[in-house]
Amino acid sequence: MAINWFKYSAPSSFYALAGKLIPWFAWPAGVLTLAGLYIGFFVAPTDAVQSEAYRIIFIHVPASILSMFIYLVMAGYAALGLIFNTRLSSMMATALAPSGALMAFISLWTGALWGKPMWGTWWVWDARLTSELILLFLYLGFISLQASIEDPRRADRAGALLAIVGSVNVPIIYFSVQWWNTLHQGATMKLTGTSMHIAMQQAMFTMFFALWMYVIAIALSRVRSIILEREKNSQWVAELKEVGQ
Amino acid sequence: MSWSEFFAMKGYALYIWGSYGVSAIVVLMEVILVRRRKKLALDQVRIAKLVEAEET
Repeated sequence: MAINWFKYSAPSSFYALAGKLIPWFAWPAGVLTLAGLYIGFFVAPTDAVQSEAYRIIFIHVPASILSMFIYLVMAGYAALGLIFNTRLSSMMATALAPSGALMAFISLWTGALWGKPMWGTWWVWDARLTSELILLFLYLGFISLQASIEDPRRADRAGALLAIVGSVNVPIIYFSVQWWNTLHQGATMKLTGTSMHIAMQQAMFTMFFALWMYVIAIALSRVRSIILEREKNSQWVAELKEVGQ
Repeated sequence: MSWSEFFAMKGYALYIWGSYGVSAIVVLMEVILVRRRKKLALDQVRIAKLVEAEET
């Protein structure tokens, strides 16, 4: 059974598919968040060094990983849209940008609130913190650049160039803790495993999946709005039940 | 361990609940804004339909 991938690349069929998918991401996001918070606050033990303050890790690390991951996915969709002129890819990039910006903001905010008790300061021009701040500005730059261009197709192209160029910043963030002598600690979650307590790992992974499901649900519903906005004059949109008579 | 002890987080309450609280607020705001954008998009479609109906 050959899967016709291109069937869902048409905005109209993707609009319907995305609508069906959203609950399948939204509900697990809610359940996993509750589970992750429960493990993080009631199961995971007190840290020997940081006492309770370390519990911020269960929101700080997932949001930080996602802020980088979303940017790469966004740049990927933007590149696809630029190369293949597939409008839906560009719409996905536009739909992801605000969610990425939100994750970068949460990463910086929770990092600052963790840094104050542990490092004694809200902010320091450290390689990791500074490159994450640049990531936030890249997201905001992408959003405002696209908002400033009237024609959606030109906005897609301009945004794609910015996103692609900006993606060099993501490896810089990731490796910043190894390349430079930074105040920020090295990677706690390495692919080779982690020295963390098992319950801490469980809370971390659960919160990561919860946030990831959440971002997918949000991006899918945002891309549906973008599809409606761009195709508001087409026939299939006019006939949508949601629109009514 | 009593609830008040729990929320005190051994003195780190401000930082922990400040982190989780603001994160929850911005997530909630995003959900509200995304739902609102959907409604506005549907309104735009309805307006486009009306405009087209008048022209034909």
